Amino acid sequence: MSTVAHEHDHHHAPTGLKRWIFSTNHKDIGTLYLIFSLMMFFIGGAMAMIIRAELFQPGLQFVDPQFYNSMVTVHALIMIFGAVMPAGVGLANWMIPLMIGAPDMALPRMNNMSFWILPFGFALLISTLFMNGGGPAGGWTMYPPLVLQLGDAFPFLIFTVHILGVSSIMGAINIIATVFNMRAPGMTLMKMPLFVWTWVITAFLLIASLPVLAGAVTMLLTDKYFGTSFFNAAGGGDPVLFQHIFWFFGHPEVYILALPAFGIVSTIIPTFARKPLFGYASMVYATASIAILSFFVWAHHMFTVGMPIKGELFFMYATMLIAVPTGVKVFNWMATMWRGAMTFEAPMLFSIAFVILFTIGGFSGLMLGITPVDFQYHDTYFVVAHFHYVLLTGAVFSLMAAAYYWLPKWTGYMYDEKLAKIHFWLSTIAANVLFFPQHFLGLAGMPRRIPDYNIVFADFNMISSIGGFAYGISQLLFVYIVIKCALGGKKAKAQAWEGAKGLEWTVPSPAPFHTFETPPKLTKSMLEN
Amino acid sequence: MTSIYKKILQVLFLATLPLTVLADWGLNMREGVTPISQKVYDMHMVSLWVVTIIGIVVFGIMFWSIFHHRKSRGVKPAKFSHSTTVEIIWTAIPLLIIIGLAIPATKLLIEMDDTSDTALTVKAVGYQWKWKYEYLEDDLTIYSNLDEKSVELSQRVDSVNPMEHPDYLLDVDEPLVLPTNTKIRILTTANDVIHAWWVPDLGWKRDAIPGFINDNWTMINEPGTYRGQCAEICGKGHGYMPIVVKAVSMDEYKTWVAEKKQEQVAAAEASSKEMSMEELMTKGEAVYKANCLACHQANGEGVQGVFPAIAGSQLATKPENLQAHITQIIYGKNLMPAFGEQLNDGDIASVVTYTRNAFGNDTGDVVQAADVAAERK
Repeated sequence: MSTVAHEHDHHHAPTGLKRWIFSTNHKDIGTLYLIFSLMMFFIGGAMAMIIRAELFQPGLQFVDPQFYNSMVTVHALIMIFGAVMPAGVGLANWMIPLMIGAPDMALPRMNNMSFWILPFGFALLISTLFMNGGGPAGGWTMYPPLVLQLGDAFPFLIFTVHILGVSSIMGAINIIATVFNMRAPGMTLMKMPLFVWTWVITAFLLIASLPVLAGAVTMLLTDKYFGTSFFNAAGGGDPVLFQHIFWFFGHPEVYILALPAFGIVSTIIPTFARKPLFGYASMVYATASIAILSFFVWAHHMFTVGMPIKGELFFMYATMLIAVPTGVKVFNWMATMWRGAMTFEAPMLFSIAFVILFTIGGFSGLMLGITPVDFQYHDTYFVVAHFHYVLLTGAVFSLMAAAYYWLPKWTGYMYDEKLAKIHFWLSTIAANVLFFPQHFLGLAGMPRRIPDYNIVFADFNMISSIGGFAYGISQLLFVYIVIKCALGGKKAKAQAWEGAKGLEWTVPSPAPFHTFETPPKLTKSMLEN
Repeated sequence: MTSIYKKILQVLFLATLPLTVLADWGLNMREGVTPISQKVYDMHMVSLWVVTIIGIVVFGIMFWSIFHHRKSRGVKPAKFSHSTTVEIIWTAIPLLIIIGLAIPATKLLIEMDDTSDTALTVKAVGYQWKWKYEYLEDDLTIYSNLDEKSVELSQRVDSVNPMEHPDYLLDVDEPLVLPTNTKIRILTTANDVIHAWWVPDLGWKRDAIPGFINDNWTMINEPGTYRGQCAEICGKGHGYMPIVVKAVSMDEYKTWVAEKKQEQVAAAEASSKEMSMEELMTKGEAVYKANCLACHQANGEGVQGVFPAIAGSQLATKPENLQAHITQIIYGKNLMPAFGEQLNDGDIASVVTYTRNAFGNDTGDVVQAADVAAERK
């Protein structure tokens, strides 16, 4: 076995199944993450279709209440942990090394492991739906004592959460190690692309918050099987304690889903406005402020549990304060577009829709933050509308934008722009028909997580369901566009977009298996933000 | 397969009905019937207008830019990318706006928090899936279950149409009767899991947490019936435990309390008497619908893996288990709550008789109130 031969092997991509199972290549692992998240998006989406079908009209038509609750619960867990988070990690894997001029992620073997435990985690979760007593049905928030009533699925739910947490923490460590150690010479922290910045901050949020969730669910496990009473009032515990611990994780989690979206949009808008990002430094500071504040607002998810008034006031003020850095971001995007020379390809369309619709979600968020009025909004469809504006037309739209933006770099071909625009318009119209009426339902008094409702809620529920089916169907078009693009089409140039800046556009399209084996020399214009 | 197909067609046909027949397009929050609910509504409208105006300005500028600053119009992109002045301006203005919102919000919250000087106290206790109301001063307890008609219409069968019941899932057998123009303290707590007590017209909701008691108040100005629902997921029956408040004058309230107490005494007396098999079966069916059906289902088959079947079960068919059958209802078991407190001896006797003779459990057993009384410690 000569060294020469070994070197030779190393420079050829492994083929077949082994290429994917044993991969330590950041691009392959990124691809695995992205494909996996798309599959989860459709599984979680199918559950949403069941929910909307049952809510299409009053009365029970398709499923029993217990199964309905399972759908609500597992839809959320899959969309959050299976679709949006892995898609973000997939983008980070693919793009961060390319953006900072690194040959790969810092810890490639851990990278492999953090991906490959995910399918097992979700296999466990989905298997619970077929167990005695059904799947988890107490909401993704897993509040005790209700979650403790779960049947055989209970330990599987807890173990799933542990596995997903381990995977995310490993991914986060990898991103931090890569960004802090492997940047090309000359790329100082304040010269990094904003996408890299948002991901570093997200990685810190993951490391700080996920172990807290792991602790909380472990306490549930011991309460159920080992006779402890952390959350059992009869044994001296407190059910509300779980909610405090859960949301101490849960609110940063919201920003774990949202910050990478901010990074994506901050990358795409300058490209298609042909103008540098406005207020780069303030964007970095705003992102960091949001991340820090996110650890001090958790109890706004639980204003109705009966906190002392001083606590309620504190969390109200802290929550409202988040509007300030978030506003700065929106204004900066607006100023980036101002007096640019804009074109409106699919990534730009999705990014602009993100800015507008995420901001609408932010508006309802501000309203929800006002404690005395939250007593009315809390646990109604107003909240459902709010977080779907932020997570679907927010996070998911940004992921769609990112997919279209970087598909030429990933596949070497341009996607079908005409179909992508149709996909955009269908998604945007359908998502608004789906979620906007839910504001009215919530204000009119419809609680969330109910399988059936009074006839006064019938009209808007039907409209919402129609929007839901339209949204679901139009996402199949996205799959078609991606497959079509992967198979061929117009060849993409190294710099696929006229106004694109950044190191990823200096390597050929598709990006070769190994890139930046020697660090790139950075020119002045490349470092312009 | 064909039945699913038929069902979908049926749904599509019915789909066109509510849009034409029932045009209740409630868009906004309800103003409610208490001084607080009015203030909550006003605060909601202020914040709604603030965000609407911000939205119009920000999106207006953005759309102006989208129409004018496009490459197809031959625009050359500007080069600017930073301005400390505008960053300070658009940090300061939102800060001032939220301070402007926080001040009235704080005042309102302090007002809502003041539960002093109440004339009447009601304790609302959440159960899976009903509410118990204890009138502490008047020493009266009532249980409030989903009304019978809603129970029937909420079954997953083709023959029912919830459209024919205007208060579907928003009606109960025993509403919470409260006097108007009186400051009433409402305590919330729960027996099993967390619930939330919410009547939109009163302007707030509050969690009902087992082991803890939350303190709230209301003062209803207008007589009327106000409907709400449990707002915290509490299991299978979460959508089936409405809250109905009936606000009446103080005099009417007092009369109602007196009548209710008499009624309860009479019912207790009546229930301790011997009943015929027929009487027991009729009463037992009603008790079953109100208390057992949510878990054990209309056909007594239960839900596999969660709620055991009664039909053909050892407990409800074997003669040697008769005693255990009675005690399980009185004291509960696992997820099954103890019904001893909410059902009197006659109710339990009738429901035991009913379940031992319905769903094909033809045991012929007859249980009387005295048999139940013997099992109570």
